[in-house]
Amino acid sequence: MIRTLDIEARRENLDDVIGFIDALLEDSGCPMKTQLQTELAVEEIFINIASYAYEPDIGKAKISAGVSGEPPVMTMVFEDSGVPYDPLAKEDPDITLPAKERRVGGLGILLVKKNMDDVKYEYRDGKNILTLTKYINS
Amino acid sequence: MGKLNLTTNRENDTLTVQAVGRIDTGNYIEFEKAINAEIDGVKNIVLDFEKLDYISSSGLRVLISLHKMLLSEDGKLTVRHPTTMVREVFDVTGFTEMINIEN
Repeated sequence: MIRTLDIEARRENLDDVIGFIDALLEDSGCPMKTQLQTELAVEEIFINIASYAYEPDIGKAKISAGVSGEPPVMTMVFEDSGVPYDPLAKEDPDITLPAKERRVGGLGILLVKKNMDDVKYEYRDGKNILTLTKYINS
Repeated sequence: MGKLNLTTNRENDTLTVQAVGRIDTGNYIEFEKAINAEIDGVKNIVLDFEKLDYISSSGLRVLISLHKMLLSEDGKLTVRHPTTMVREVFDVTGFTEMINIEN
């Protein structure tokens, strides 16, 4: 079953978004480790949308998510109608640089990629559509 | 969610901060402020993460900033007893090689 959440893309709504995803994962008997990894990806993506998609205005985000298949896979689709932005286009930060040369930010999308099994971006019908998948028992 | 409890303890030039719960976009500023409030004269910071279940990139930003600042003072940042989730975040972001971790 797919569930959807339409929500204003603002930082204060992060807990509601995480709660929405947690409810789905808990119904699926997802291990805690997978749940935390998924929450991490959800936080990074939602905060990106809240921070940049409609700046300086406030817009909406739509999140559709569901668990299906065997082994069970969680699929989450994040949509917004903000400025076209492919979060996967940027090169990953160099994590081997010494601290002095390292930037303070830029780790969010890396964490998404490392914690999900697949991440796809497309821009269609005026929307940024980011699809994340995760095998929830691995 | 978004819950974080902080306990700070100062001994000479070492500040120990025990963080319990989660550090995320909703509360990383609280975390940063708690440390900055006690930073005067501090050379070393020990972050006790034994009961920290979750850290996102907003928390990592605070850690990098602290690490850079302490390095320039010839001090160091140590993370003590990170949980599995936090350790994995450190592994994939290169923090494991960058900061001192006491497992």
